[in-house]
Amino acid sequence: MQPLVKITALTKQFGHLTAVDHLSFSVEPASVYGFLGQNGAGKSTTIRMLTGLIMPTSGEIEIFGLSLAKHKREILQQIGAVIEKPDVYQYLSAYDNLQLFARLSGIRPTRASLMDQLAQVGLAERAKDKVAGFSQGMKQRLGIAIALVHQPQLIILDEPTNGLDPQGIADIRHLIIHLRTEMKKTVIVSSHLLSEIEQVATQLLIIHKGKKVKEGNASELFDPAQTVVQLSTEQNESAWAVIQNSAWAPNLQRITPDGIILKVDRRQIPALHQSLVQLQIPLISLQPRHSLEDYFLQVTTPGYVDTLSN
Amino acid sequence: MWTLFQIEVYKIFRRPRTYIAFAAITGLIGIIQFGLKLDGDQYVEFMMRDITSSITIEGNILNGYQVCYIVLQVLLVHVPLLIALVAADMISGEANMGTLRLLLTKPISRDAFLVAKFMATMVYTLLLLIWLAILALFLNMLIFGTDDLFLLKSSYVVLLKENDIFWRYCGAFAFAALAMSTVAALGFLLSLFANNSIGPIVATMSIIVFLTILSTLNIPLFSYVKPYLFTTHMIGWKEFFDIKVNASNEALSGTIQHPMRIVQSALVLLTHIVLFLLISIWVFRKKDILS
Repeated sequence: MQPLVKITALTKQFGHLTAVDHLSFSVEPASVYGFLGQNGAGKSTTIRMLTGLIMPTSGEIEIFGLSLAKHKREILQQIGAVIEKPDVYQYLSAYDNLQLFARLSGIRPTRASLMDQLAQVGLAERAKDKVAGFSQGMKQRLGIAIALVHQPQLIILDEPTNGLDPQGIADIRHLIIHLRTEMKKTVIVSSHLLSEIEQVATQLLIIHKGKKVKEGNASELFDPAQTVVQLSTEQNESAWAVIQNSAWAPNLQRITPDGIILKVDRRQIPALHQSLVQLQIPLISLQPRHSLEDYFLQVTTPGYVDTLSN
Repeated sequence: MWTLFQIEVYKIFRRPRTYIAFAAITGLIGIIQFGLKLDGDQYVEFMMRDITSSITIEGNILNGYQVCYIVLQVLLVHVPLLIALVAADMISGEANMGTLRLLLTKPISRDAFLVAKFMATMVYTLLLLIWLAILALFLNMLIFGTDDLFLLKSSYVVLLKENDIFWRYCGAFAFAALAMSTVAALGFLLSLFANNSIGPIVATMSIIVFLTILSTLNIPLFSYVKPYLFTTHMIGWKEFFDIKVNASNEALSGTIQHPMRIVQSALVLLTHIVLFLLISIWVFRKKDILS
């Protein structure tokens, strides 16, 4: 299958700073592509290059099989984007904003159609209210309605859950899943919050300092057979010695001030718990660590592995 | 392009800031009209104090044309600030609001977007000048009536007949619109370089003040650059009120003393407008949207 988005050796330099460094990746149609990285990793710069807001220093961007440099207008007709904050005209109403951006997208929807779009994001009752009085969550929903008003094939959401309350975050998550599964849209979503991305993404890309660290699907990155478990006991050193003489010895990884780290298959955790009780280890807690988060921090934070080992 | 232009004009006139300039002009002209209506005689007496011993003037000196000239002299110095309030905010304001990045992710060409914004800025400038003309000329004609226009120049006196004035004002306002469009084009260009509007507004006014000082300084060193500065030509509207005289020093109705000066000034201003627009397009094509 031909990728919907194909990025090749994309580079952006701001003076001496290389914000994005020879980044290559591709996005399959009808997928949710999670774009992960710490703040300043180069996510927003990459997304801005994808939407034509920033000119790449070098590299190629192909979307729908067309070069963005040569066919920007045609490509943007099929893209809906919310970049960082969903800023719209504060002095206009939600309806006026939606109508204005629909016209800029080259369509003239009917009033009923616009009201329907606002209803889908829960803003129909506030359609005539000025955006200046809206909460961050309402603005985010309006931003998404604007991004979707022209029925684009590719939706790009840059940090869409920033500043939202838990309900707002859940709404965005459901919307992304709905866009992919029901509407067969392709979504690129960036975040520094791994927990949000992993629930919706079918593919993941981790970048750090502008470079690709890892690309793959969530199940590839998070192998359940390699689940990291942290034990906390009353006497970690003696517990370590007991486990070393048991069948779980090959699973032992290291001892830290917080406890003992083991790597086990997620399905074996109940058996591990039972064995520890049988070995009469005074257990305080047994916690499966979020291995993808560990992985993320491991690849993006220098010295993270060392801090675990110490 | 037409849609973009319509949207930009719509946005300008939905913003409360736009009406500050209209309100300011209304207030200032209102105050001048109020003052002259109540205390105009004293003002005329003061104005004529040096020449009443040598000539006798009859009729309604403080007529609508006279008041309009007073208003223009006072206001055309300050109107650039009111123009800059909107023009220097055109791109920087969008960057500040964060709407620039949303706009430019839409399928519109940057050139078309910029030209549409520029044209909308010109519409705003033109409407502001039309509003100025309505209040300063037509309203004053209604309030104070019409008569001959009496102008005191530095070394001579100009008396324009009542039937020889209106077309001069039309020309003067058209020229003022061109001069203010130059200010708008400068503000528009500067608005590309900032993410908030304060900087470009202050920069526009600073450049105008700086160049105006250069234009008025009688230092030989600067005389070579003066003809090329747009500020030198911004007061060209006054040329419409200089009339030709014959050998017996009689004014020739329907004439302008130096018509080529007006054409020359208009060309310099027009060149600046085109230059500012072309630079704006060039800068905007390469601009990374980081706001």
